[in-house]
Order: sequence, then C-alpha cells, then structure tokens
Amino acid sequence: MKGMEELVDLYFRPGRLPHLWCPGCGNGVVLGALLKAIDAEGLEKDDVAVISGIGCSSRASGYVDFNTANTLHGRALPISTGLKMARPELNVITLSGDGDCSAIGGNHLIHAARRNIGLTLVVFNNSIYGMTGGQYSPLTPRGSRATTAPYLTIEPSFDILALAQAAGATFTARATTYHVPILVDVLRKGIRHEGFSIIEAVTGCPTNYGRQNKLAAPAAMMEWQKEHGVMKAAWDKLDEPAREGKFPIGVLYERTDLKEYTKAYDEIIERAQAGKEAASA
Amino acid sequence: MSRVLLMQGNQAVVEGAIAAGVRFYGGYPITPSTEIAEGMAKRLPEVGGKFMQTEDELAGIGTVLGASLGGVRAMTATSGPGFSLKQEMIGMACSAEIPCVIVDVQRVGPATGQPTSPSQGDVMQARWGTHGDHWLIAVSPSSVPECFDLTRRAVELSEKYRCPVILLMDEVIGHMRERIELPDSYEGLAAARRKQPDVTPEDYLAYADTDGSKVPAMADFGSGYRWHVTGLVHDETGFPKGTPAATKNSQDRLRTKLEDHEDDIVQTEHYRTEDAEIVVVAFGGAARTAYEVVDMARNEGIHAGLFRPITIWPFAERAVRELAEKTQCLLVHELNCGQYVREVESAVQGRASVRLYAKYDNEPATPDELLAEIREAEKTIKGAK
Repeated sequence: MKGMEELVDLYFRPGRLPHLWCPGCGNGVVLGALLKAIDAEGLEKDDVAVISGIGCSSRASGYVDFNTANTLHGRALPISTGLKMARPELNVITLSGDGDCSAIGGNHLIHAARRNIGLTLVVFNNSIYGMTGGQYSPLTPRGSRATTAPYLTIEPSFDILALAQAAGATFTARATTYHVPILVDVLRKGIRHEGFSIIEAVTGCPTNYGRQNKLAAPAAMMEWQKEHGVMKAAWDKLDEPAREGKFPIGVLYERTDLKEYTKAYDEIIERAQAGKEAASA
Repeated sequence: MSRVLLMQGNQAVVEGAIAAGVRFYGGYPITPSTEIAEGMAKRLPEVGGKFMQTEDELAGIGTVLGASLGGVRAMTATSGPGFSLKQEMIGMACSAEIPCVIVDVQRVGPATGQPTSPSQGDVMQARWGTHGDHWLIAVSPSSVPECFDLTRRAVELSEKYRCPVILLMDEVIGHMRERIELPDSYEGLAAARRKQPDVTPEDYLAYADTDGSKVPAMADFGSGYRWHVTGLVHDETGFPKGTPAATKNSQDRLRTKLEDHEDDIVQTEHYRTEDAEIVVVAFGGAARTAYEVVDMARNEGIHAGLFRPITIWPFAERAVRELAEKTQCLLVHELNCGQYVREVESAVQGRASVRLYAKYDNEPATPDELLAEIREAEKTIKGAK
C-alpha cells in the first residue's frame, strides 16, 4: 500500500490545501483511509464520484481529485442516487457527517438503504455538529454536553448501522480513526460491495465535542476509541454487561443475494421495451 | 406524419419531456401534478430512461440534480406545497448552474388549500421562492399543445443557460383535455445538450466564461473532466472563494447570464393589441378566457387586446413598457389576489393606468366576468377623457 505522502500527491487537488479542519480533528484520518482504500481497489479517478453534504467532513470532497460535489445539508444521498441512476458505472462514494446523515438527511438514509442502491456511504461520526460550533446530533451520546445542551443531552442516540440495516442496507461496517487498518479494510469491502453500503467512521472532534466533554486532547479521544471499539468477533463473545458503553467494529453485516437498484431498474426498462406492463407479482 | 389526440395538459408535458430528451425523472406524487409522474413512470423506461418515485419532494429534485450532473436531461414535477420543499435545491441549482426543469402545477394555497382547483398563487414563488439573490427562468403554457411545446422549450433553455427552468402551470391547464397534434416520431426534437468543454481536462475551468456568453461549458461527471460542484460562492475554478471581488463577480455573471440573453429567453404574445386602448395582461390558464373576451369586447366597439407573457420570468419589462406607451389601460387578470400586477405597475410607471382583475375563488373567470371588467375599464377611460 502506498504511503500517505504519495497518496496526497496522487489524489489531492493541487492548491486546495491546507484543509479547514482543526488540529487534532479525525476527518483527515478518515479521508486518508478512504484514499488508501480507493487506491488499493485500483479505481480510476475518472470513475469515482465523491458527493458530500454539508458540515466539516463534507468539505473533504473539494480536496480530492475525482468527480466531486459539496452539496446541501442532508441531501448528499439523493444527489448521489440521481448520479448513480444516470451513470451506474461510476463508483459513487457519499460522504456525510452524523448530523447531516442521521438528522436532516435521515429520511434519505433509510430510503437509500431500502432501495439497496449501489452507493458507498461513509459517515464521519464525530458525535457533534462541528462546523456550527458544537450542537448535539442524533449520534451524540446521551448525557453529553453541547452548546444546545448546557444541561446535558437527554436524547438517546441512534445506532446508525442498526438503523441502516433495519431499513435494508446490505453492508454495514464500523471502524475508528484509531483503528486505521480496519477502517481501510472495511472501506475497501464497502466499495466492492455491489448494493448499498454504509461505513461508520468514528472520529474525534476535540474542539467542539472534546472541550465540552472532558476529552479536549486529541490523544484522549483516540484512547477512548481504542478502549471502546471491540472487533466484531470479540464483541460476539461478550455478554450484555461487558458490552455496556462499547461498540463493535469491523464488518457487522453483509448480504449479497439482493439485487442492486440500478441493475434491478434495467429489468423495468426491459419490461417496458418489450411492450408489456408488468403483471403484478 | 402526425397523430391527432385528445390529451390532458399533464400528459402533454410528459410527451414534451420525452420528445425533448428528458431521460430521468425523480418526484413525489402531489395533486394536481400526479399524472406527470404516472406518465413518466410509464414512458421513460420505454425510451431507455429512468423514473424514480422518491421518498419526498426534496429527494425528487435532489435525484434530478444528481442525474443532471451525470449528463442526463432531468425533470421533476410538483404543486405548491411540494414546490416550497424543493426551493432550497433550486437555489443550489442556480448557484452551481445545474440544468433542471421543475414543473409546478399550481393549486389553491397556502397549505393543502384546494388541491383540485386552479390558482396562480405561486407566480412569485416561482421567481423568489428560493433564498438569496438568484436568477432563473419560468414559462407558463395556456393550452395543451403549448404544454408540449413549452416543456421542450423549458428543457432547451435549462440546458442552454445552465439554470433551473420552472414550467408554471395551473390546475386548469394540467387537467384540461384538448386537441393536440403530435408528431409520430420525436426524432430531431431533443433539446440541444449543454455546451461541452472544447479544451482538454487539464485546461478545463468549470465556471469560466470562455466564449463571452456568460454560460460556462459543463462536462458530464464520469466523462474524464474532473471538476468540483459547490453551493459555496466560487470562482471560475469552481472551488470556494469568498472574497468580495469573487462574490460580486459570481453574482454579476449569474445575473447577466440571463439578462444578456433576454431577447432569446423572453417570449410574449400580442393578440389584437395594435390599436387597443385596453389590453388584458394574462398568462397561463387566466389567458385562455381572454382571447374570446377580446373579440366580444371588440364586437361592442371597445378597442381591447391581449398581451400574454409566455416567459413569465424574467419579466417582459420592455414589452410591457412599450405597450404602456401606446395604450391607455392595462388590465391585469390573474388567478390570485394580485401578484404579477406589481411587476406590471413597476414597468408601466404611470405611462398607462393599471387595473387588476384578481380571481381567487377556486374558479377561472367566465368570459362574461372578464368582459364586465373590460367594460368597467372602458368606463373609467372614457370618464377620464
């Protein structure tokens, strides 16, 4: 696998750095892992589209040399869906943050998953709205402090992968910015997966989550990820009390027996062109 | 060769879109536009295109923008409440200059209003519904055959000027059945595609005005030209640049992109206006009654005429001003409480009197009702003499 410097030369757009992320932010680690995965999978730059929503992590699309769009808050998935329908041969990678994807874009998440459309969704989960300065998201752990939760959050957080799986996603995986090789591995598998894949990348926001929650040092956030992320195989052997506060990492769910959406759509075209409206199933 | 059919306005929109080369539709059902979605669901796959019924109105236009980035002519349709939901994305399409067509078959509003009754209450929403300063095009058909023609034209304009084009209909036009003559083959009717880059990918600047037209060439995603789309203020490279100069340059180009081409964009129709003293100004469904009423008024000796904006945005300011120079009264008739009349007043600036016949009771005006308004206008003019 190529080194980061070589990957930067290969995949970063000249003149677009420095990025806007804070010192200690994990977003660069996630983006680096994504580039490693794209490179390892041997994808051509022309054949990759990176579509993002709005938020700190969504700025990633502007830095990298693919067909890219930094779209609207919550709407990366519909725009990715339309592009995939127009150009099924493209590898469409959607980048979204926890707020972007699970709050304002939550409806699009469950329906993209339900359709099993061949997008690779990477959710940068930093547990907070970073760009607007630290408001709580649906993935902020209950009991956290946020600028909009000065008395701590009372809302339970989503397990976004369980949500996506229940909605019909055929590939779910999680890793953290501490577990980079695992992150690269699950991103590769997610890209290779033909249907809808979602990869949750647990990342740290020392500035806007950490400072409010006694985790201001980036290293402390990495430590937290190391201590709380448990490999799927080990996780499966833990009993409920041992799982408390921890989360599984690795590929959590995959099935390949369901047809990808754009491929299924080709059957509609065949039926229509054969001149027959479908008899009901 | 052609075939003569009895067809609904919404169906004619579908056929116009197919003829124009629209090959993607994403949308959500809403009365009184639903027949467009149903028609596209049937027709698109027949011609190798794709239809999606999305989870909501936002995804409807979102998928349209995505498909358009991929190089496919794309369209959605809705009615007032859904049009409101699509507005944020229309702003994105204005800023990033993504061609798309949005049909709004207007019904009475706000809120659920009267879903199966006609209105022209969205005429200002069509122009100013999205946020921020922005420029776009809206056209409004008055008949079923014109639904076909203007849908084609909407696609053409959106591709040519890289902006959202609103096809603003109303329930009467959408649901009315009328005679239409359609060509047997749509060959040669596809709207010209957006301008493609004539430089190598290395030299391609996604938002550069390379030929003075103010409209940058737009490469398809996946074509080998890798570029960046953003809703942030950007310079000719397409990457965010928020300096005062870059911001002003960007806004100036987006504005003059349409202003410079108004002769091409703005279409209007004059009916018996040459010697008219009273000119009815009406568009879309409201204009239908007016042709007959103008004839009725003429039979009574009233010098009446009709001016019909076909392109309703940008506003036909010059044509209205010229009309005001040579007539005495502009009688604006619209199916709302009076929205477009303000544009007319602002263009006329006292050169003629401007009267409003606002109809907002769920029903289009009958010829007698409109004729009565013309008679009233005539009395005022004669009284003033």
